[in-house]
Amino acid sequence: MKGFYLLLVGVAVIGGGVLWYGSQRTSASAPSGPVPVAAADGFRGYTVGSDSAPIEITEYSDFECPFCASFATVQMPVIREQLIATGKVRWRYRDFPLPTHAYSRYAALAAQCAGEQGKFWAMHDQLFTNHQWAQTGKNPRGLFRDFARGIGLDLDKYDACMDSQRYAGRIQASVQEGEARGVKGTPSFYVKGRPYQGRSASDDFKALVDSLTKKHK
Amino acid sequence: MIRRQAIVLLALVGLLVATYLWLYKIGVLGELRCGTGSCEYVQTSRYAALLGVPVALYGVVGYATLLGLGLAGLQPALALDRRVSVLLAALATVGFGFTLYLTAIELFVLHAMCRWCVASAVIMTATWVLSLADLRRRASHAP
Repeated sequence: MKGFYLLLVGVAVIGGGVLWYGSQRTSASAPSGPVPVAAADGFRGYTVGSDSAPIEITEYSDFECPFCASFATVQMPVIREQLIATGKVRWRYRDFPLPTHAYSRYAALAAQCAGEQGKFWAMHDQLFTNHQWAQTGKNPRGLFRDFARGIGLDLDKYDACMDSQRYAGRIQASVQEGEARGVKGTPSFYVKGRPYQGRSASDDFKALVDSLTKKHK
Repeated sequence: MIRRQAIVLLALVGLLVATYLWLYKIGVLGELRCGTGSCEYVQTSRYAALLGVPVALYGVVGYATLLGLGLAGLQPALALDRRVSVLLAALATVGFGFTLYLTAIELFVLHAMCRWCVASAVIMTATWVLSLADLRRRASHAP
């Protein structure tokens, strides 16, 4: 029996030591803070919806912003179904990572790198649907890579894209565009180029779009 | 006695695994060592908390209780006590049921597996089997 207790103590000491060591180690270099800004490439954001839709709504959003996540997961599915799928609206997503958020730009980069492989909206949905990452304050690099794997990205290309930060310029250009248009917070919307001041609710968007569509006819 | 010793050892290892996942969940550990698994995806999903409490913390409490109960059951005064076996089996059954639920979430909802969760599932399943064997043995030796 004495040997058994020694074994228990040994397992406890080794296991506890590993946990303690893990908690003392600083995590891998966090992808936070400003990123190098390259020249903007003229990109104007990913869109969903028909090119011939009479109304375009532009959203300035931040992947780490909880209101944006709430909008994306609660309101956006209804908007997609009622306004985008019906050809009434084309939705344009623009990055507006707020400086107060540590990983916003990194998340925006992940979405752009997914977009490079034709999966921007899939990554957009992953980042907003699994939004717990934004509340932990931890380095989300591994998690975003899991998202990339989950939506079927070529991970070598994704890693190369993330490491090179090749779309940092696009993101910065999007921020500058938003600032020039008067964006103060996220999410902010522009309907047919005009600032939208209403509630961020699908019903309100639907009412506005229906109203504009009637005028258009 | 060997079964209870095995239960105690398994509970200790399970406690370490659950503590590791819990420390990650509360931000003490930066990254999970997961190899090619999807640990962070699973651990940051909405299913990683139940009633506002991290699932890993349920594991910590459950394994700690199993460990304490198992250690008590190794003491000479309680070594032949059937009540300890009943409690161990009851607790392990609850743990096993919870493990089945979490594994089903991984397999059929998240479509991702966390290796540490699999490790915990194996540990809890083995604990459950051993606790039933212990209970059966106590029943057959009941006065």
